[in-house]
Amino acid sequence: MGQETMGLSLLTGEIVLALSAVLLLLVGAFGGGRGVSIVRYASIAALVIFAFAGFIINGQGEAFKGAFITDDFSHYVKALIGLTAAASLWFSRDWFKSEKLDQFEYSVLMLFAVLGMGVMVSAGNLLSMYVGMEMQALSLYVMAAFNRDSLRASEAGLKYFVLGALSSGLLLYGMSLIYGFTGSLSFSEISAVIGGEEHISAGIVAGLVFMLAGLAFKISAAPFHMWTPDVYEGAPTPVTGFFAGAPKLAALALITRLMTGPFAQAQHSWQQVIIVLAVMSMLIGAFGALTQTNIKRLLAYSSIANMGYALVALASVGAATGGAAGVSGMLIFMSIYLVAIVGTFAAILQMRTREGAVEGIADLGGLSKSNLPLSLILTTLMFSLAGIPFFMGFFGKWFAFAPAFNSGLTWLVVIALLSSVIGAFYYLRVIKVIWFDDQAQEFVKAPRALAVLSAFSATLIFPVLLLPFVTAPTRALIEAAANSLF
Amino acid sequence: MIIGQDIGLSHYLVVAAILFTIGVFGIFINRKNVIIILMSIELILLAVNINFVAFSTHMGDIGGQVFAMFILTVAAAEAAIGLAILVVYFRNRGNIAVEDIDLMKG
Repeated sequence: MGQETMGLSLLTGEIVLALSAVLLLLVGAFGGGRGVSIVRYASIAALVIFAFAGFIINGQGEAFKGAFITDDFSHYVKALIGLTAAASLWFSRDWFKSEKLDQFEYSVLMLFAVLGMGVMVSAGNLLSMYVGMEMQALSLYVMAAFNRDSLRASEAGLKYFVLGALSSGLLLYGMSLIYGFTGSLSFSEISAVIGGEEHISAGIVAGLVFMLAGLAFKISAAPFHMWTPDVYEGAPTPVTGFFAGAPKLAALALITRLMTGPFAQAQHSWQQVIIVLAVMSMLIGAFGALTQTNIKRLLAYSSIANMGYALVALASVGAATGGAAGVSGMLIFMSIYLVAIVGTFAAILQMRTREGAVEGIADLGGLSKSNLPLSLILTTLMFSLAGIPFFMGFFGKWFAFAPAFNSGLTWLVVIALLSSVIGAFYYLRVIKVIWFDDQAQEFVKAPRALAVLSAFSATLIFPVLLLPFVTAPTRALIEAAANSLF
Repeated sequence: MIIGQDIGLSHYLVVAAILFTIGVFGIFINRKNVIIILMSIELILLAVNINFVAFSTHMGDIGGQVFAMFILTVAAAEAAIGLAILVVYFRNRGNIAVEDIDLMKG
């Protein structure tokens, strides 16, 4: 096999996505009435192929002169991203149908967004990283404003666009400084230049901080979180469910790759920034959620806090003893978080009365009397998100905080635990509303896809049933993924 | 003294930094019109382009200029999508004043 064909086989998953996106755009445009569902199911298939392509081809190496890296880390993250996106495409169907918004463009946009995420996760130089991020971001802006006739959705799209474009600007400015002060766009050469310097120059530190600020926007880490609650509330609910999952993981994976690759030698500079972001995200996420009455806004603050917890794990990567343990902690935490968030949104999408979809926390009142299965599912998911022991969310936090504790960041772990306790309050409030409040209203019978998806995710989160079967092979994959970065 | 000086890398960097700052402030201070925000975003991207091209010619490395081309392309796509979202918003709201984009807050 020649050098070039070997390079291309590393991109199998991305090529499948790109070709199917372009092809399905044509199918949708010329397919008539049945085109929408054909495009949706074909897109789900493409996303699942993308998820497993990395493991099946199992290519390890670089393509395009180092611009595109595949390793165990990218395989694992892409598998998670692909499956989460496929699940969110699946649960979007019934919602869009009942809102009379069922258009094939949504599936195609999803494919392009995931293609961008794939490039982000595998980025090997600043240019491919930027192109991947923009490809993802531009698709997400359109998805946020997908409900064209809704003022809320278009306002969400506008806010997301303005702040997203600003964050790309910050990121680019940082990239230009890194390029200027290291003389290269390639991650490996940047790493070599930074490693060769005795004192890291101010230009590199400034560029690093600008890049981290831009990336913090993408994972909605405080103090760059202002867009999150508004966009989560305004965007159509299935879109919010997608935003809360895959894009966050892709951006976190990109941060991880940057911090262990080009900036591995500048750890003292970035570790402080990550710690500040983590502390602020955890506190703002915990306190901001206390007063919310809309469940999507509540989950927005919850995702801010959860990004803080993931950053706690990443902060330990900078310490001498952290390293791979921190990366695998982050991956374990995010895997469990993604399963929980997909299930939570599948459950929220079932909140629909005869008049239409509702999203107030009070609308869940007395759900236990009218719909016991959904209340059990939501209770399990909320317990898990709160980190109550022996639900999976507890183990996620355990593995995220343990490496930070071991590498001497004790006070950071203390803050993380305190904010978990505050966070438990608002998750428990949802459970209290479900079980002890007076019945607000009855929901219409949920579509089968949503019921199956939320039940499946709640089962995965309920550890007694599945702990040994799921966790052992996943742990092995995560360990391999984390070790491949060092 | 300044008059006799050759224009070097630092001059370009200072211009880019000034443009970048104007762009960022344009987004946050502007209270009137969303179009001005879009212009500020373009200003930020062009400031970055100046940085890249200045570094690129200074170091004799072509990578930065290639990057600038990509930024121009993406900026065009971004402006198209931004204006499209703005048109959709205008159809629903009836104006594009920044202080009226406040349906959701808290």
